[in-house]
Formats: sequence, C-alpha cells, structure tokens
Amino acid sequence: MDEQEQLSVAGLTGIDLSFPIAGPGSRSYAFIIDWHIRSLLAVAWLLAGWLLLRLYGHDNARFFKGGPGLLIGWPAALIYLLYHPLLELLMHGRTPGKRMAGVRLVTQRGGQPSAGAILIRNVFRLIDCMPGLYLVGLISCMVTTQRVRIGDLAAGTVLVLDQADSAGALARMPSLVAASGLDPRVIELATELLERWPSLSVERRAALARTLLTRINPAWSIDTLATVPDADLRQRLRDLLPAAA
Amino acid sequence: MNTPQLNATSAWIRSRERIWRQWSSGRQARPHGLRIEQAQSYVDQYRLLASDLATARRLLPRSATTAALESLYAATHASIDRSSRQTLTGLRTLLRVGIPASMRELRPTLAWIALLFVVSSGAGYWLIAQYPELIGLVASSEMIDKVEHGQLWTEGLFNVAPSSIISVRILSNNIAVSLFAFCAGIFFGLGAFYITAINGLMLGALFAYTRQHGLDGELLRFVAAHGPVEISVMCIAAAAGSAIGESLIRPDGPTRRESLQRAANRIGPALIACALLLIVCGFIEGYVSPDPGIALRVRALIGLGYWIVMLVFLRGGLHAPAASKL
Repeated sequence: MDEQEQLSVAGLTGIDLSFPIAGPGSRSYAFIIDWHIRSLLAVAWLLAGWLLLRLYGHDNARFFKGGPGLLIGWPAALIYLLYHPLLELLMHGRTPGKRMAGVRLVTQRGGQPSAGAILIRNVFRLIDCMPGLYLVGLISCMVTTQRVRIGDLAAGTVLVLDQADSAGALARMPSLVAASGLDPRVIELATELLERWPSLSVERRAALARTLLTRINPAWSIDTLATVPDADLRQRLRDLLPAAA
Repeated sequence: MNTPQLNATSAWIRSRERIWRQWSSGRQARPHGLRIEQAQSYVDQYRLLASDLATARRLLPRSATTAALESLYAATHASIDRSSRQTLTGLRTLLRVGIPASMRELRPTLAWIALLFVVSSGAGYWLIAQYPELIGLVASSEMIDKVEHGQLWTEGLFNVAPSSIISVRILSNNIAVSLFAFCAGIFFGLGAFYITAINGLMLGALFAYTRQHGLDGELLRFVAAHGPVEISVMCIAAAAGSAIGESLIRPDGPTRRESLQRAANRIGPALIACALLLIVCGFIEGYVSPDPGIALRVRALIGLGYWIVMLVFLRGGLHAPAASKL
C-alpha cells in the first residue's frame, strides 16, 4: 500500500504533527458538493424572489430590469461568490462540501487559516478556474508536492484529510486495560472487530474472532473454536472487554 | 512486546484514565472567549497532550490509541495556532497600518505601472489618430456605430437601466478587472503589465476616435467624475500583481513558494483598499457620470475630490489614531 502523502509540522512543544494531504480526488469531490449547494441556494433565492414579485403583480420585464430585480439578483450573486470565503472563515477551514468529503483547510503550520489567507485563496480562483472546469487549479494540484492549487500556494494553505474523531475510544481505553488486563493492542483489535461485527460477513468475522481468541488464550485452539457459533464468538469477545459490553 | 514492557504500557494507560476522559469530553468544544487562566490551562493541556503523544508513539506505534492522540493533538494545535479573532481591532489595524504599509511597498512599482498606462494611452491615441480603421481592434461595432452617428455609447444608458443597476454592473465589472489584474501577476508579472497596457491603449484609442468625430469633450465629461480613482485603482491592482510576479522572479525567501506567500500577505491589504474604493466609484459611475444634467466643473470637482480622499485613505489618514491628530 502506498504511504499517504503527509504534511509534517513542528508542533509548538517540539512534538511534530502530521496531516494526511487531500489529493485532487477528495478536493474535486468537496468542490462539486459545494458548487451544487451554492448554486441551489442562489437559484432558490432567485426563484423565491421571482415568485414573491409575481405574487405582488410585477411582470418579468420589470423583474429583470427594475430595482426589485437588483434586490433579488444581487444577494443571489453574493451567495454564489461569497459562499467559499465566508464559510471557510466561519467553519474554521471547512465548508459543507469539505466536511462531507472529510477534508479541511490548514495553514502550512497546521493552524487555522486567517481571514486574509482565506481571502487571497479565494481571489485566486480567478486564475485557478481558467480556462474552464478549474483546469489550471487541477493541473497545479497534480504537479505540486502538497497537492495545492495556485490560490493555496499564494495563501500558504493546504487541504488535509480530517482525521477521524476517535476521542471516545481514547476515553474508554484505560478502563478496558484495567478491567481486562489484556495487551492494549489486543484490546484495540477486539474493540474494532466488535464495532465492525455487523458489517463483516459471517465467515470473515468468525475467522478473525477465532484468530484473536486463540492469541488471547492459547488454551483455545482454532479447532475447538471452529464449532462455536457466531453469536457465542461475539459474546466471548465481549466478555473479554467488560467495559465495552 | 515483552512482559515488563507490556506491564509498563498498561500501567501508563491506566494512569491516564482521568485526563483522557476529561480531554475526550471537551473535544467538541472549541475554545472561545477564554479568560487568561483558562487559556493558560488550555495551553498546559496541549503540552500534556504532546507528552502523552510522544509516549504513545514510543510504546504503541501505529495503534488506534496513538492515532486518537494524534487527532486530538492536531485539533488542539489548530485551536492554538491561529490569528486573533478581534475583528474590530483587526479592521482598524488594517486601515491604519496594513493598507499604508502595503501602499508604501508598492510605490516604486506603482510609478512604473502608471508610466506604462500613460505610454500605452499615448500609443493608443497615436495609433487611432494615424490609422482610424484600426478602431475595430479596441471598440465593438455597436460603439463604433454610435460614435459615427454622433453619439457616445454611454448616452441613453441612464434611460435604459436604472442607476442602481448600472452601478452594480459597473462595480462588479471593475472589481473583477482589478482582481484579475492582481491575480494575473502570477504569470511572472506579465499578466498585470498586459492588462494595464490594454486598458491604456483602449482609453487612448477611444479618445482619439471620439476626437475625430467631435465627441472627445463628451467622453471627458463622462469619465471626469469616476475616471481618476478608477484608473488609479486599476494601476494599484496591476502594481500589486507585478509585485506578486516579482516575488516569483526575485524570491526573497528560501523558495519561490514562500516568497509568493509573503508577497501576497504584504500586498493583500492594498487589494482590499481597491475593492472599497471601487464601491464608491461604482455609485459615481452609475448616478453621476451618465447624468447629462451635471456640469463638467462639478464632475471634475467630484473626480478630484474623491481622488484626494483616496490618497488620504491609502496613507491611513482617514483612520489615524487620536494621538497623531494632535
């Protein structure tokens, strides 16, 4: 398996951090989601305004040429144009699309980008979107080591993969170690297997459970466990991790 | 893992129960509006987290526990390593310090860009004065048609669409052109030069062409109120773009990338100033410029007055602190 490209940053304490860099795929996925959201929002605003004006007797010509058109058209344009900078600022380097794609924006030092950096990043979309379909930005992402577009190069930002929030697992670990007396690595494997139990095929999870149980207790052999039903294997794993059950 | 090491690892994990539970419960809450002692405690947590992560990396490399600590450490780091959220103070600093500093840096480049604009305007004027048939290169057939019928293309603008619409259309177009002049600087400054030269060439050519049809006075009337600031802003944006290009040609950092980032950070405030100045320009161009009832003297006064306001604004004079006013 290829090693994930990493952004390595020296932490403020001397302990370094590493962020997995988002590639052109996750970046494009996030952009497509965001593009649809902002387009739908802008169109919804336009439609709602148009319907409202028609309700009050304005005809189409007046809608497009007159002041009411300005009041409805201008906010729609603002929604479309300010969607990225505003949300990246308010959501600390994320947008709904980035959140769904599991990516977020950080500075070269791993911190939250400033308002200035976000503005510069977004102004440079003018170049990145040239000559169409974000071709310049996409090529830039493919050829740069940190997979960044020109806006990111100028602003000093990098799009990284959001690391999974495993804070719950961290909180449970000490009590599991204390209650089971098992090797922490075995506890991690057993916990993960129990979490993924419903999504695995019966044969696969039974095989994994048998291997794990024989490692925990050498008195159990694969042959003796072969006859143990699926539900019992799961229960034996749960019994080993009392706090997880 | 041998037995003593396993025991040590288990003992260490058990000893972290209270603190890890505490960190995990506070994981979702972003620190905001903390008092000094709370902020200090948050920084202490960051240090403890770093220490735990170092231990976990040694005792449990490539484990879920280490990954969870990595994730928590990264999130805490991002919360600490960020710029101040004091919006009003930041805005005041931008207006008093950021914009003037940025303009001071751009001054030499701005002089060259202004010279390029003047030279290209002269070239455009000379070109069309000598070869009027080349006007098709810079003006649309509709514009040419109107001028040949003794009318400026701007005439009737006031009757076709309301001022508010014209203002917004002009404003958005001007902001887009200025931002593009800045961004085009990424092509080693050539894009900014090109946009300046093209705009100068067009202005000169249109003056020459309208002069041939006795409409140059009308064109001057139209641009007198908004032109001085609009042209200046375009030159500032192009100078900012050239500075971006220069940062790539002559990097002032270890890499071109760092040099570009530094330049963009330093010059960014000038771009914000340009956008702010263009908002007022859009209103002048929408409400004053197309109105035939406003005399040239008034237009010139508005143009000059706004240009002086622009100079004071770019020098930070409009937002000088109270002490410096004494």
